[in-house]
Amino acid sequence: MTHDSAQHGVTLVRGAALLGGGAADLWIRDGVFVEPADRADLTVDAAGLVALPGLVDLHTHLREPGYEQSETVLTGTRAAASGGYTAVFAMANTLPVQDTAGVVEQVAALGRSAGYATVRPIGAVTVGLKGERLAEIGAMASSRARVRVFSDDGMCVADPLLMRRALEYVTTFDGVVAQHAQDPRLTVGAQMNEGERSARLGLAGWPAVAEESIIARDVLLAEHVGARLHVCHVSTAGSVDVVRWAKSRGIQVTAEVTPHHLLLTEALAESYDPRYKVNPPLRTQEDVEALRRGLADGTIDIVATDHAPHPAEAKECAWGEAANGMVGLESALAVVQQAMVATGLLDWADVARVMSSRPAEIGRLDGYADPLAVGAPAHLTLHDPAAGRTFATTDLHGRSANSPYLGIELPGRVVHVWHAGRRTVADAALLAPEEVAP
Amino acid sequence: MRHLLSTADLAREDAIRILDTAEDMAEVSSREVKKLPTLRGRTVVNLFFEDSTRTRMSFEVAAKRLSADVINFSAKGSSVSKGESLKDTAQTLAAMGIDGVVVRHGASGAAHTLAHAGWIDAHVVNAGDGTHEHPTQALLDAFTIRRRLHGAASRGRDLDGIRVTIVGDVLHSRVARSNLWLLRTLGARVRFVAPATLLPTAVGDWPAEVGYDLDAAIDAAPEVVMMLRIQSERMHDTFFPGEREYAREWGLDDARLSRLPKTTMVMHPGPMNRGLEISSAAADDPRSTILEQVANGVSVRMSVLYHLLAGPEGDAE
Repeated sequence: MTHDSAQHGVTLVRGAALLGGGAADLWIRDGVFVEPADRADLTVDAAGLVALPGLVDLHTHLREPGYEQSETVLTGTRAAASGGYTAVFAMANTLPVQDTAGVVEQVAALGRSAGYATVRPIGAVTVGLKGERLAEIGAMASSRARVRVFSDDGMCVADPLLMRRALEYVTTFDGVVAQHAQDPRLTVGAQMNEGERSARLGLAGWPAVAEESIIARDVLLAEHVGARLHVCHVSTAGSVDVVRWAKSRGIQVTAEVTPHHLLLTEALAESYDPRYKVNPPLRTQEDVEALRRGLADGTIDIVATDHAPHPAEAKECAWGEAANGMVGLESALAVVQQAMVATGLLDWADVARVMSSRPAEIGRLDGYADPLAVGAPAHLTLHDPAAGRTFATTDLHGRSANSPYLGIELPGRVVHVWHAGRRTVADAALLAPEEVAP
Repeated sequence: MRHLLSTADLAREDAIRILDTAEDMAEVSSREVKKLPTLRGRTVVNLFFEDSTRTRMSFEVAAKRLSADVINFSAKGSSVSKGESLKDTAQTLAAMGIDGVVVRHGASGAAHTLAHAGWIDAHVVNAGDGTHEHPTQALLDAFTIRRRLHGAASRGRDLDGIRVTIVGDVLHSRVARSNLWLLRTLGARVRFVAPATLLPTAVGDWPAEVGYDLDAAIDAAPEVVMMLRIQSERMHDTFFPGEREYAREWGLDDARLSRLPKTTMVMHPGPMNRGLEISSAAADDPRSTILEQVANGVSVRMSVLYHLLAGPEGDAE
């Protein structure tokens, strides 16, 4: 098997704006950033491009095993690479569920053989995501997949006693429970954000309190047992307040927001177009603004995509019959640029923090603590903030096309990506699997 | 007008035009030969994913009186029950060259999706979608109210200043929603009366007065009292404690009926739960419009089909 020569030797990235600051050169050799060398085998002109550390997504659905019609580890990591990601945490709601060492090791191995991104499986908190008894958390933690994030995402760990036990138990393994905060009884049949619009459209409401009450309970539990808690996809202004209060008390809580909750609102449900159906649902403009402020002031730690691929038939139907979820890996950086950078709420160094170093820290993923530093693994994304495009299906590289941004103008473009020194995206084109596979 | 999906986006002139044409259609229905050649050669499908014999029959009679060919498609026992999607059904109908689709579906927005997803080019009439809307029911209710008030002089009139009190499960009622928007468009004032559990949390943002006390609403002597059907599953979902308490607090019983003015109309979209939301005496009282509503339903649906399928606007696009 022959590899592109670009995957070997010395690479010089010339003149990139490091974290959006001054232009400088970056040298890559043997998978790490190195001191300047005498000569380069490959020189990439990065003038005008922002050098970011490879992005890390703490919340991705890769769907394999079990739902390969929606996505596979290969197609999902291709989508990730095209969006500037070099690591993804793969959610546990596969079939079989990622609740044993065997399944998580399989998913991690599929990621390694694809090569586009580091795949860190997330382990289920409870067996089969059923919310009844703890999954084999220790076995998954000590497996070759080294699981540190545990989540029943898609389902809430609703039983308070089970949640307490899970928080305590994962502490044993330096893990964290990532909670999908949704009171199941308050959201029976829920279709969209509860308010005037849901009442008018006749779609059953998903009230903000169903999220906020679970977060409030969980931060108190985390405080009581001295554990770490991560809150998935915070979507309401009230949730931001609860997390802010918890952090002010010194509770070990971290929180994520999705790109779509930073940009889109429930008004899109007026079309009854199921592309806009997602869980938690799109909320109001006031919520969007509170989430942006929360991300800017550090109350919300990170941006995570909740990339949720679905086949066409799951979205080509009436709203109430459609699946929840949107793909997001390919569009996340552009959406963050629009919602946070263009508005002056974050600079590129902040983007590197909320989309790379901080999610890696929460997930206990090594190699991202010192972005772009000599000696660190060469996870690098070169982004052209001046580029713009009408987002189209040709921008999607996973197996599913359920993006809410199709036909919308989005800023910026990922131009080059290196994952551990190996190119996955070159000149805004995704490399072929045989060029990327190790 | 290309589709009738909702009363929320129905302009006042269009609504009055539909009601006026329905007056003409009512005359047709009183003749010995109850038929017009207007829609000869057009095919209308009654696409019912949810059972509703009454509404389907009303649309069928309406289409037949306009000489349209009518096909009834009910989900039960059809390919839909074998998992065929709305999309596939729609594309099948499109391939058959159907002109109009009357759709009843359990999912809110299904009629909107059918009209706008690009699967079929036909005119779509929403015959009830989930808990969203039931526009022809609201039109026939408005027609009924207008006729009772103005009789033969109804044409061209609106419902300016008429007070309509709608009682019951507003939260789940597509009839209540469609009536609210249409009645407001026509100048009527709407008051909802229900337990708080059966009102949307954001009902305060709607252009309606809201109250919990049916006795106070009765004593305000509205021109119309419209009782909504209570479904038994609401009790099991703890929206209220039980039938007896509901009937006592929010049922139109004989005592309340006796306090209503002689001119107040008592309406119900049917089917009724006699003894629960409405007493038999109220249902059968001269003030009740319930059977008129059924008869008027045919006239109003004839008018809707006529405006969508027959006019030059109907042929456009």
